[in-house]
Amino acid sequence: MKRYLKYALPIILIFAWELVAILVNNEFILPRVESVVMVLLQPFDDLFGSGSLVENAFMSIYRVVTGFLLGACVAIPLGILMGRMGWINDAVDPILQILRPIPPIAWIPLALAWFKIGFGSIVFIIFIGAFFPVLLNTIDGVKRVNKTWIEIAQIFGATDLQLLAKVIVPASLPTIWTGLRVGFGIAWMSVVAAEMLPGTTSGLGYLILYAYNFGQIQVIVAGMIVIGLIGLCIDYLLKRVETKKFHWQGMDR
Amino acid sequence: MTLTIDHVTREFVSNVGEKVTALDDINLVIGDEEFICFLGPSGCGKTTLLRIIAGLDRATSGKAVHDDHEIREPDPKMAMIFQEYSLYPWRNVLENVVFGLELRGIAKDARIRDAEQYLDLVGLEGFARSYPYELSGGMRQRVAVARALAVEPSVLLMDEPFGALDAQTRNMMQKELLRIWDKTRKSIIFVTHSVDEAVYLADRIVVFTPRPGRIKEIIPIGLPRPRDRTSSEFASIRRYVLDLIDEKENPSKI
Repeated sequence: MKRYLKYALPIILIFAWELVAILVNNEFILPRVESVVMVLLQPFDDLFGSGSLVENAFMSIYRVVTGFLLGACVAIPLGILMGRMGWINDAVDPILQILRPIPPIAWIPLALAWFKIGFGSIVFIIFIGAFFPVLLNTIDGVKRVNKTWIEIAQIFGATDLQLLAKVIVPASLPTIWTGLRVGFGIAWMSVVAAEMLPGTTSGLGYLILYAYNFGQIQVIVAGMIVIGLIGLCIDYLLKRVETKKFHWQGMDR
Repeated sequence: MTLTIDHVTREFVSNVGEKVTALDDINLVIGDEEFICFLGPSGCGKTTLLRIIAGLDRATSGKAVHDDHEIREPDPKMAMIFQEYSLYPWRNVLENVVFGLELRGIAKDARIRDAEQYLDLVGLEGFARSYPYELSGGMRQRVAVARALAVEPSVLLMDEPFGALDAQTRNMMQKELLRIWDKTRKSIIFVTHSVDEAVYLADRIVVFTPRPGRIKEIIPIGLPRPRDRTSSEFASIRRYVLDLIDEKENPSKI
């Protein structure tokens, strides 16, 4: 019985939605469930000249992966340096503390000024979104590496590079991975926001905003569902790697 | 192999800025194939001395010399075994044992062959693919011993290696350690605060005074092995060592 409970509420919600939609009887305010499903069932169909759901989804994924990878490539090495070397941490930390609370979307005007409208500015926003969670988790993971693990390697005569590759990185990888998961979540939210910028002509964010201009509320809802599902799938994949690769975590410190 | 501790003093500056003397003018010579126990209450500096020998810490004055080389950094002829949580949890047993060989660039086939041989020696054949979290505390320490032996050190440094084990496992591990020592003939420096353990294992017990850590007495144990904990000779040596530790401790404690 308990197993079915988590399916019960979504089903009730869908019925409630349908009921309200029938009562409201206005597709411009709340579309019927079936009109949203119709959109979802034809993911390759062009929607009012803006490309299909799938095309736009791929565009968003392409942008988010680019920005996310760039962010991780900068954040992880910097985080390792900051976690290992106190003076670098002391030097960089104040700047981070100031920049960190600024939401990625607040960078949009600057991104436009620097990169103009298009791929570059969107990727930059995503970069900012992914960067901080990855960086902070990396610093934390590196700092918390068990001292005995480091000393064992030193006793065996490890070079600095060996210490890094064989102890520091594997030991902090679970924490770094958590940072990647959180960072990806924020990056995904940022891409949708960034795609709503004026002048953007593709991506899920663009699609749902553009659908509003056409009064295609069912496309908006379908797009939102796709955004949610993609975010969920990617997080699921990252989590699977976590349980598979880091099974040792928490069992032994 | 000769290890010479020459007028070693180690001072720390505490958090409140006070100077604390952990070790005060320690002199000691340790020979080949000797089994030495450092015995003393916690905070007497015995672990600090072990860490200086290991090259993980530096003496404030004086020096530790291993075969004419002053120890300034970890020496490849030494290996260390810690109390617990020293295994790499993301590596399985075999991967843990090869760790030192891997760092030294030994070819993969050769290092796996060596590691398997030492796993046999510590009685863990068949556990090569297990992960540390799947093993009991005693088995983990066996892995740590195999990992240390795999690099073929001449000196084995052990920092309360059985301190976290239950009494029964502890006794068994002591017996096992003596068997392994007998087979491999290393010098062993073994830090403990258990008088019973020291009397059971050591050729010589180095008894430390609490702060500042000084050598109170060096007691040679002449009992033949395997030693019988219930024998009267064992009991009388045990009594002697206990009295020695009590002498200093009581006045400062109360």
